[in-house]
Amino acid sequence: MIDVLSNLDRRWVFAAMFVAVGWPILSGVRFKEEPSEGVRRVFRAIEDLPEGSTVLMALDYDPSSQGELQPMASAFTRHAAERGHKIYFMTLWPAGSPMIERSLRIVEQEYPDYVYGEDYVNLGYAPGLEGAIKAVVDDLRGQFATDARGNSLDSMPLTEGLRNIQNMDLLVNVSAGDPGAKQWVQYAATPHDIAMVTGTTGVQAPSLYPYIPEQLDGVLGAIKAAAEYEQVLSVAYPKFAESVKAQEGLRRMGPQLVAHLLMIGLIVVGNVIYFVERSRGPGGRR
Amino acid sequence: MKRTVPLFLAAATGFVLIVASFVPAAGSWGKYAVDWFNILAALAFVLGGGSLLSQHLKKISDQQAGWGYSLVTVVSFLATLVVGLGKFGVAPPTLHPDKVWAGDYKEAGSGFSWIFDYLYTPLAATMFSILACFVASAAFRAFRAKNVEATILLVTAFIVLLGRTYAAIWIGDQADWLASQVVDPAIWHPYVTGLRLDKLTETIMDVFNTAGTRAIMIGIALGIVSTSLKVLLGVDRSYLGSDDR
Amino acid sequence: MNENNRVWWILFLVGGGALLVRAATTEFGKSYARDQTVYVTVEGGTAEVDAVPGLPTAESDAAHPDAARWTRSLAADPGERDDPHVRFSWADTIGLWCAALLTLAIFSFLFGDNPGYRLAEAIFVGVSAGYAMIAGFWEGIVQLLLAKLIPVATKEHFLPGLEPDPRWADDWARYQSGDLGYVAAEWAATTLLSLVPLVFGVMLLMRLSPKGGWISRWPLAFFIGATAGLRLIVHFESDFIRQIQATLLPLIVFKEDNSFDLAQTLANVTIVVGVLSSLVYFFFSKEHEGVFGGVSRLGIWFLMITFGASFGYTVMGRITLFAQRLEFLFDDWLWIIDPLQRRAGL
Repeated sequence: MIDVLSNLDRRWVFAAMFVAVGWPILSGVRFKEEPSEGVRRVFRAIEDLPEGSTVLMALDYDPSSQGELQPMASAFTRHAAERGHKIYFMTLWPAGSPMIERSLRIVEQEYPDYVYGEDYVNLGYAPGLEGAIKAVVDDLRGQFATDARGNSLDSMPLTEGLRNIQNMDLLVNVSAGDPGAKQWVQYAATPHDIAMVTGTTGVQAPSLYPYIPEQLDGVLGAIKAAAEYEQVLSVAYPKFAESVKAQEGLRRMGPQLVAHLLMIGLIVVGNVIYFVERSRGPGGRR
Repeated sequence: MKRTVPLFLAAATGFVLIVASFVPAAGSWGKYAVDWFNILAALAFVLGGGSLLSQHLKKISDQQAGWGYSLVTVVSFLATLVVGLGKFGVAPPTLHPDKVWAGDYKEAGSGFSWIFDYLYTPLAATMFSILACFVASAAFRAFRAKNVEATILLVTAFIVLLGRTYAAIWIGDQADWLASQVVDPAIWHPYVTGLRLDKLTETIMDVFNTAGTRAIMIGIALGIVSTSLKVLLGVDRSYLGSDDR
Repeated sequence: MNENNRVWWILFLVGGGALLVRAATTEFGKSYARDQTVYVTVEGGTAEVDAVPGLPTAESDAAHPDAARWTRSLAADPGERDDPHVRFSWADTIGLWCAALLTLAIFSFLFGDNPGYRLAEAIFVGVSAGYAMIAGFWEGIVQLLLAKLIPVATKEHFLPGLEPDPRWADDWARYQSGDLGYVAAEWAATTLLSLVPLVFGVMLLMRLSPKGGWISRWPLAFFIGATAGLRLIVHFESDFIRQIQATLLPLIVFKEDNSFDLAQTLANVTIVVGVLSSLVYFFFSKEHEGVFGGVSRLGIWFLMITFGASFGYTVMGRITLFAQRLEFLFDDWLWIIDPLQRRAGL
């Protein structure tokens, strides 16, 4: 048995992963979430702002991490719009523009009273990696000649007097890597003391904790935090509990549980093999 | 000329930016430098596209092994370019219906958004998703409790993996129920809730991970400061390459 | 036939068979679109937009005389297909099948390298390079470079919303009134300083030429110098000074009601000890032995906990991305699940 397992073709592991993730998706299994303090902190950062506050929504991700980050971007957008904040969208990723469009569609479809240019605006993609942050922090007009739709910034109430982002009430960032959350903390939040929360991939989340709470108000790390955020949101605003669209993260926690158990199982089995083989001594494989 | 000018350029730009962040009067110099930096970053995509094209065209013309795939790359690259530059299926902006070339290049329903939705998105997303399987296989083969350090790593990973799913809540609830059969929960509850896997995960992230990551962060910061200084002072010239006399 | 090929054939036959069975028994893999006709009249700087459902008809045209007109095709859910303005969309259906087959092609790499995967990979490389270049052009080069270098042409063709700044507002007005020719207006309006990034850009592209490669070092040096200048400052402030500040924590904490806060005290002590011991581990100028060695060993343990947490989070992230792809196959393509109720009532 041990010999069979230790020589197992890795494709069997892949197959197990397909089953572990696929089966819960097909069965639609769902679990309750108990939001952690960290997620509540992020929620409060948006919730406690007075209505009509200005929020820079920097969506720095692309399709390769949409599974983790789309639920966060959607939840942030819904929450900000629900609270009546003024939203400025932008991205540092070339493929981030279509991601912004998804959030714009949420605003258009679910908040028909929101007027483009008065309540929300899309500044679009800003090339230059961290240089783009430096530019919008110091002189936004140098970075954006117009908004993403080609409108003059002076023609819209929201951007008319906007010279830089230093006076934003909150910086909300969804980040898939560099440039992203880290650079926003370094170039914007820290030197100009702008309140900031971020939603990031699991890979990146642990590296941002040292910034909390002085330089960063909170982090949503990976899909679990997205699900918890959706949960807090649907308790505060019951209409989201009814909306299937507002529960992408919650839905994805089913496959997550089974796949995590599989991972743990694999590591345990791997170690059992290791200890058995070690107890047999060198060259002891029979 | 080949080395002195670049060395001077790098030093001048860097120091202008450093001075600009302390001396407001030099701010506009810094702004120019940042603006040019950002334009160059956009132009780098053209360079990237150009070098991809030349590389694959060479492969095709030499008929190297797998040149057919290079042909596919070149065709899909050029097709994306043509569709994106031509703005096929893009409506003009409403305020300027006569400017056919001024619409939004990624408008829903346009040719470019078709490429993005049906080619780029599935390819990029799936490319990264298969890493889940490789991580699983690697963990099965290599994640061994060989010594104390590896065991700490492994146990932490277990706690986090369980703590970030419903499993933690379920285990915690079962443990609570079992314990409450023996002792009155009011007595011990405040002391052990922190040991629930979900709470433990929060503690690991907020305390232990913060400490470890902060040390790494401080180390990296010092490293970056010193490499930056080396570049600006011309001590580190590796970015100039070595093919020069 | 070797073992691998046999498995390929079995996978193909089983997969294809399942698709055929599914096609025979139910529907799947179809996309729908909603047509919309947009009539626009611009008067006095404001646009009047009338979006009429469906394709243009003689009546709708007659109702909007003198209006500019175009049609839009918006994505529609299959559940809406009884709506008279929603139609089956060939373009989106073909797209959906491309997306599904490309997803499977990438997945096939898990079984082993194969032509299907290589084809998908080749498309990915081409499309993503093309995509970045287009985004960089329209949102970078046009917005940042051309809008300053050739503002008249940019406003005329690409960015009609571009607001002339005082430097060229006059030139633009004279060009509009026919006072100034195209080239003359452009020459008057251009910001010559914008030539610098253009020249840098051309030099950068010289990298592609076999001989002029060394010229590209100038812009590259500018780029490296700027990066170094920017990073030096922010890393020193945000990742060094502020991190040390954040570690200067009270080691005994009292709550607001003056009672001893055990949890926060423990947390603070752990953070301080953790940061210091991990830093000691990174200090390689001194032999790790004795007390120093002990502290450094404690540091390793903190780092191991950190890496363990990172590993857990990374696994979590990868699995989510994987789940999203399977969701796509099961929901959008195969119509086995319907979490968003897009096919309700079908």
